Amino acid sequence: MSFFVSDRAPANRVSGYKRRIVLYCLGALLLLLVAVAMGAAIGETAIPLDVIGKTVANRIFGAGYTLDPIEEGIVWSYRISRAIVAASCGAALAVSGAVLQSLLRNPLADPYLLGLSAGASTGAVLVTVIGIGGGMVSLSVGAFWGAALAFGLVALLAKAAGGGVSAQGTGQIILAGIAGSQLFNALTSFIITRSANAEQARGIMFWLLGNLSGVRWDDVWLAVPVAVGGVAVCIWHMRALDAFAFGADSAASLGIPVRRVQVVLIAITALMTAVMVSLVGSIGFVGLVIPHAARFLVGVRHGRLLPVTALTGAVFLVIADIVSRTAIPGQVVPIGVITALVGAPGFALILIRGRRMR
Amino acid sequence: MMLRAENLGWTVRSTAIVRDISLSVREGEMLGILGPNGSGKSTLMKMLAGILAPSSGTVTLKGQPMAALPRRSIAQILAFVEQHAGTAERITVQDAVELGRTPWLSAIEPWSPRDDAIVGRALADVDMAAMTKRLWHTLSGGEQQRVHLARALAQQPTILLLDEPTNHLDIEHQLAILGLVRALPITTVVALHDLNQAMNCDRVAVLDGGRLVQIGPPSEVLTAQLMREVFNVRASFLVDPEDNSRVIRFQPLGTPAVNPTLIKEDHS
Repeated sequence: MSFFVSDRAPANRVSGYKRRIVLYCLGALLLLLVAVAMGAAIGETAIPLDVIGKTVANRIFGAGYTLDPIEEGIVWSYRISRAIVAASCGAALAVSGAVLQSLLRNPLADPYLLGLSAGASTGAVLVTVIGIGGGMVSLSVGAFWGAALAFGLVALLAKAAGGGVSAQGTGQIILAGIAGSQLFNALTSFIITRSANAEQARGIMFWLLGNLSGVRWDDVWLAVPVAVGGVAVCIWHMRALDAFAFGADSAASLGIPVRRVQVVLIAITALMTAVMVSLVGSIGFVGLVIPHAARFLVGVRHGRLLPVTALTGAVFLVIADIVSRTAIPGQVVPIGVITALVGAPGFALILIRGRRMR
Repeated sequence: MMLRAENLGWTVRSTAIVRDISLSVREGEMLGILGPNGSGKSTLMKMLAGILAPSSGTVTLKGQPMAALPRRSIAQILAFVEQHAGTAERITVQDAVELGRTPWLSAIEPWSPRDDAIVGRALADVDMAAMTKRLWHTLSGGEQQRVHLARALAQQPTILLLDEPTNHLDIEHQLAILGLVRALPITTVVALHDLNQAMNCDRVAVLDGGRLVQIGPPSEVLTAQLMREVFNVRASFLVDPEDNSRVIRFQPLGTPAVNPTLIKEDHS
């Protein structure tokens, strides 16, 4: 038995590794650009890619191309902003799901596990149906505070149930999340059945299943920093997340400050999810399925898993949005319906293939 | 003094699991922790590893109170292999052992070929180098235990804490693992069930009902009287003529004593 191992690292191998990372990042960025360009081009009126390029050049660099102002308006004010928000939302939800699954060691964990979507819908209903805030508060703001309140309650309940987010407490937070979700869903139903008219109920229903129709540039400036920052924080913790593979005690013995990592990561996923839910409603399946799909592609190590999860989630949601706008002419299908319709069979395929791989 | 426990206690719902244990682990020794089921071995090990905060008392690592040390610094000195740590992740043997490098890596010190070499060495030491691509859930209990040990070795600790490392192992691998642990040029604390295996430790600490009953060289501590009082068995000592080492034979209390000299060696 010898502990002596040479200290000299072949320098070329390390620099090759760095070059690979840069290449992957460029590739990912290119893929995102293609997805957003597709999101801008495809729709009820198809718009050629050169018009999209020229629109972006006009708006960002003041290039001064002459374009049909209606087409330019559609591309810039509606489709590009919408595609960017869809991409941010997909990345944030998918990474939140992956992080919660690893941290809580539960393959069924998803971003809505902590009561966030249920709280958001209660908040949205309180604003639109009951009229809290007297019209000064938007649906998004109501949804955000509903989500934040629900998460706060779930976290408190988990803590009171023993453990909070400590080593033994992962079961408690899942149970607390279920209890919180049930409570807020019941509240939402109660308010709708008591106070909402048919049209309001339909509007709420539509919003709950995910809706990117109202997205504008203001939303981009919120969604992009939250998604990029949140995903970056999660990737920063990649080794800590790896260390949770054998449980919190094992992570602690590998030098991970378990409690701090759990608090930081659960808070950041809750923040990302709350912001996304408040912008576009609760889009299901992305946070549950995309991380599993990414695991089958690149394995369980978070250094690869989280970037791939983010990219897959982003591209998936942009495509799902395109389908939701174009599937039925003249009508938008809620994007949550599309993600579930595609996600459920896709997930089934992954499960069956995974069984064969064993 | 490498690792020191002072008046350690751990209480859950007013039941004391560990009471007032003080002991010091000496540099380079192999200290065995013995005791019947429920005597507090695992709880003591977790407190010594700094994973469980004691209800009373303190643990000091190289003279510093463990509660004040960052987890990362502790993990660079001390590795711990707990009992029954499993995972549902599709993690490979290589991935699992690479986790051992976690306390040494950061954004400024990323994975290097040196880490590859350390991991390769650890895998070879536990005889798992040929199985690096195997998935965790396809391994036998013994193979999983060896992977855990390799992960702890990859941590390059100066103190290694093992909670019943020979559980689930066949006899060949029991002897191999204990031989390997014994040959390590580091300090080891091992919770053990097999009292004959404990005879190979430099010192043993015997727990009963959460208290430290005795600590010292195994030949002095493991007496027939202690076996009767702590483990509720009758022990007789035989001498293996091959190397004159002492072997303990156990029988339930209440069975008639057998004169060891009457036992015939069967060399056929």
